[in-house]
Amino acid sequence: MSSVRIFVGTRKGAFILSSNADRKNWHVEGPLFPGLEIYHMQASPLNPDRIYASQASDWFGQVIQRSDDGGKTWKAVGNKFLYEGDPGTHQFYDGTPVSWKFKKVWQLQPSLFEPDTVYAGVEDAALFVSKDGAETWQELAGLRDVRGHEWMPGAGGLCLHSILQNPANPNQLFAAISAAGVFRSDDAGQRWRAVNKGLRSFEELPEADAEVGHCVHRIAMHPDHPEVLYMQKHWDVMRSDNSGDSWHEVSGNLPSDFGYPIVVHPHEPETIYVIPIKSDSEHFPPEGKLRVYRSRTGGNEWEALTDGLPQENCFVNVLRTAMATDQLDPAGIFFGTSGGQVYASADAGNHWTAIVRDLPQVLSVEVQTKS
Amino acid sequence: MIRVSLPFHLRSLANVEREVKLEVAGEPTFAAVLEELESQYPMLQGTIRDHVSKERRPFIRFFACGQDFSHQPTDTPLPDCVRDGREPLRIVGAMSGG
Repeated sequence: MSSVRIFVGTRKGAFILSSNADRKNWHVEGPLFPGLEIYHMQASPLNPDRIYASQASDWFGQVIQRSDDGGKTWKAVGNKFLYEGDPGTHQFYDGTPVSWKFKKVWQLQPSLFEPDTVYAGVEDAALFVSKDGAETWQELAGLRDVRGHEWMPGAGGLCLHSILQNPANPNQLFAAISAAGVFRSDDAGQRWRAVNKGLRSFEELPEADAEVGHCVHRIAMHPDHPEVLYMQKHWDVMRSDNSGDSWHEVSGNLPSDFGYPIVVHPHEPETIYVIPIKSDSEHFPPEGKLRVYRSRTGGNEWEALTDGLPQENCFVNVLRTAMATDQLDPAGIFFGTSGGQVYASADAGNHWTAIVRDLPQVLSVEVQTKS
Repeated sequence: MIRVSLPFHLRSLANVEREVKLEVAGEPTFAAVLEELESQYPMLQGTIRDHVSKERRPFIRFFACGQDFSHQPTDTPLPDCVRDGREPLRIVGAMSGG
């Protein structure tokens, strides 16, 4: 029988929430790595027993944990993230140059093709790859050649938070950085180019349609249509139909087009989900109502999904990596909040329940589906 | 034998008790102790000091014999009470709440 496991990274450890295909009754395991920030956990799509976790601490630095037995035991593996050569400088918040300095791993993305290959998106923004199961890391330094000296941090830091690999083309990679934009490689990460045409950042940049500098919050792709990309930008929900060569806005009737996560339905490539947040100055849902918005038209036309979600006095936030789907039918949609709730829908968003309500602040949510 | 006490999270990471005991060859300096510690417990590399520069992480402190050695050069010899095993070198995470 199918089962689902949700990997929840929080400010004070990780939790694994497990259920069968009904997704009604959940077993809560954790905290793993208690007291430490777990920025991201992700299982290999090729080996479900292999799970990676990014453990970060201002005190003790970055640790990468790896499990090869489905999460029963963990081993600290490579944490040596060294930029290639002289990394130079990027912009600080005030526009002055500042040296690149590794701070933490935001995203761990196991390869879709190679069981021992995993990518790491880090702050200060760079992309690393390991081909030995995270024992050793090498920077894909061509990414920072794309005007890296002009990149600047958003409030959360200069982070590379989204890594997508084209499931039909192992050489095509996408990386999204806040605040630099989206970048694409067609040669397995050696050379990169900015793919930000059509993004317009009137509030954030002196040149609204600059080549780099856009505060992209998250990008998503459906494996059946890898040329279609969706984006939650700082402001604006965007769509590209040509692998990022150009973007157009699909915010439509959203109550706010500011937000963080965006995900695609696992079986319907034109069905997407966002969680509107009031503004970049007030990081909570509009009107105190926690609403997931679903578009079944690939954007522009959105419906509010509210059944089971708090519709008054709700002032939580949902971070960019804190929403994910499973692979079952009907689809499961899951997200975690700054208030420690993890909400689940087992019917593609029509109805929601809280699996847990009192975890530490949720930083990331990923889902593993076992058939 | 040099005794070294570790903070909670590093004990968990290295899967050790509060104290570890190390044989340090040659002149026992702070740097020599850290080298030996990281050699025996490689998972601690990068958690106490930088991989390359070997600079102490900002929120780590080195206490011994009632003194704070955090800002001393790491080639400073260990104080006698640590050298002769009466007290541990205390590697401490700076105080924090939240």
